[in-house]
Amino acid sequence: MRHTLSVLVENRTGVLARVAGLFSRRGFNIESLSVSTTDRKDISRMTIVVEGDQDIIEQVTKQLHKLVEVLKINNITGEEYVDRGIALFKVSSDQSKRSEIIQIVGIFRAHILDFSTNSMIIEATGSEKKIAAIEEALKPFGIKEVVRTGEIAMVRGDKSKLK
Amino acid sequence: MANTGAKALIQALERHGVDVVFGYPGGAILPVYDELRTSSIHHVLTRTEQGAAHAANAFSRTSGRTGVCIVTSGPGATNLVTGLANAYLDSIPLVAITGQVPTKMVGSDAFQEVDITGITHAITKHNYLITDANDIPRIIEEAFYIASTGRPGPVLVDIPKDIAQAPCSAKAPEKVNLPGYKPVYKGHPTQMKVAAALLSEAQRPLIYAGGGIISSKAWDELLELAEKLSAPVVTSLMGKGSFPSQHPLYLGMLGMHGLPGANLAVSQCDVLLAAGARFGDRVTNEVSKFATQAKIIHIDIDPAEIGKNASADIPIVGNVREVLAGIIEKLPDAIAEKKEWSVRIKELKEKNKLMNRMMDIPRLNSRYVIDKLSSLVGDKAIITTDVGQHQMIAAQFYQGAEKGDFLTSGGLGVMGYGLPAAIGAQMAAPERLVFCISGDGSLQMSLNEMATAKEQKLPVKILLFNNNCLGMVLQLEDIYCKGKRFAIDMPGNPDFLKLAEAYGFEALSIDSNDQSESVLKEAINNGRPTLIECKITKEDHVLPMVLGGKGIDDMLLPE
Repeated sequence: MRHTLSVLVENRTGVLARVAGLFSRRGFNIESLSVSTTDRKDISRMTIVVEGDQDIIEQVTKQLHKLVEVLKINNITGEEYVDRGIALFKVSSDQSKRSEIIQIVGIFRAHILDFSTNSMIIEATGSEKKIAAIEEALKPFGIKEVVRTGEIAMVRGDKSKLK
Repeated sequence: MANTGAKALIQALERHGVDVVFGYPGGAILPVYDELRTSSIHHVLTRTEQGAAHAANAFSRTSGRTGVCIVTSGPGATNLVTGLANAYLDSIPLVAITGQVPTKMVGSDAFQEVDITGITHAITKHNYLITDANDIPRIIEEAFYIASTGRPGPVLVDIPKDIAQAPCSAKAPEKVNLPGYKPVYKGHPTQMKVAAALLSEAQRPLIYAGGGIISSKAWDELLELAEKLSAPVVTSLMGKGSFPSQHPLYLGMLGMHGLPGANLAVSQCDVLLAAGARFGDRVTNEVSKFATQAKIIHIDIDPAEIGKNASADIPIVGNVREVLAGIIEKLPDAIAEKKEWSVRIKELKEKNKLMNRMMDIPRLNSRYVIDKLSSLVGDKAIITTDVGQHQMIAAQFYQGAEKGDFLTSGGLGVMGYGLPAAIGAQMAAPERLVFCISGDGSLQMSLNEMATAKEQKLPVKILLFNNNCLGMVLQLEDIYCKGKRFAIDMPGNPDFLKLAEAYGFEALSIDSNDQSESVLKEAINNGRPTLIECKITKEDHVLPMVLGGKGIDDMLLPE
């Protein structure tokens, strides 16, 4: 099962290396990881998507807690939350295919960022599922390159995770 | 004159009551050594940085205070790595100070530069690269705090040369403030109550005691609980000495080379209380076959240990000593006698007598000599060991060395630990008798430290079992490589007696079982650093032995 962990860490050099190193040496697989600042300069947030059964997620969480710079870990998988990632697709698009591709872009509320004779760059924003769906839809045209961000997530409602 | 970073460091060490450090100087750490020279701290110059880490490790275990080692950058730091890994896996508090190249050269592959904080992420509890001299007082406070609290472990502090020379006006904080580090000491009251009820109702309770008993000094609580429950006790290698070895409830070490009675008890118990132990693979062997009939109560200060190797029915996170005391408090006044189990315990203890067959043979053997040593000095001596057959035999046959007096490399299993550990232990307890039980393979990994012992006038004793061979590997090859022996013989070994004399040690030898008492007595009483060589054959395997994939009740036993 996929789990989304929202992790608050002290904003210091080396923290990312510590977290990434912990995953690799304990044999846990990161599906995606994104790091950003928060409204507090001294604290960063990591959104880590990790695949594993309950025991593995429990170990991941406990091992992360052992890192001195990790302040708080929320496994938000079971909660109501929104998540977003961005993907850029470079798609082959000769003249005959263009209108079809533009239609797909419309359906997924994606954007065309660049346009050249034989290809275009499409930006899609959304959940993991939505991005997977647009990728499927674009595949028949020939995807030349994909660049994706890690997911970011936030719990719905008034609750705030950052005290 | 304003303080420098180096001076602030030394002052911080002094404030923590550090009176001995183990180290090795060099270019990048020179400003620190310059301050060390005029401080109240005694510096022990080891012969390699690894020796410094092992000595600081044993100093910490014997004194109960965090051990400190100081080395230079690059090779000094990389030589420390094995010692840090050893302290990390055995949960021993250490503060390691490393020199680093000047800040502006960091990352340039400068002379004697390595990224030691990067290298040691996985083998330290925490580490720091200092980038501002004013951080030194705070970081040293934090380093000692992190190393010695919660589950203890090594903390490394890397100090670039220019930072050590830079002015430092900061004072140490009144209190350490680490929002992400809050170890839990008190056990959950409900969990302790449930554990107490389960234990008091158990028909066949068993206590599996680990290194946590020793690091939290919980031996009195362990004894009280075992006696109240009439529960026998088995110990891991790290837990050896946590329970009186002559006690009727003590069944010995369990695991891959555990005593027969101890291993069989695990399969027969209905409730297993694991206290400060981590179900390591050398204890459980095939974990799915471990304690299959038992409900498991697992006490550990590190939440990540619970459920990591074996799943627990009742997990309790907390300091083992406090949790055991909490459980004792919640036990009912009267606990029903367990007649059947006490009969069984006596039978299990009887099974341990199988071991004597390997000792009571005419030819000189390590079991006989170790048994003799323990009957001569028992609890009076601190025992350190190296790693290999002699280590397991010492764990099986040495009676005594209780309450933290048995110093061995449990988790990492690092050859070369014994002699520097003896030096560290003797520095911490100058009045005690310290014996390093070693083998010819292991001793050659750190025999240069004999010079350190001599220099520091430490009357450590090395009891060397020499079979000119790597005995433990021989045993593994006999079993797993169909007896095809390879890369184990050491025909080029030196004359250890002459070598010892060259190092200024007294050199003695035991040539037969009969001589052991008189020679050991001579060594015990001579007040000098001494090496005693026992030339033994390489024919003996360490038994019992549990083969890969088997449960620990399925042992190869002595004939």
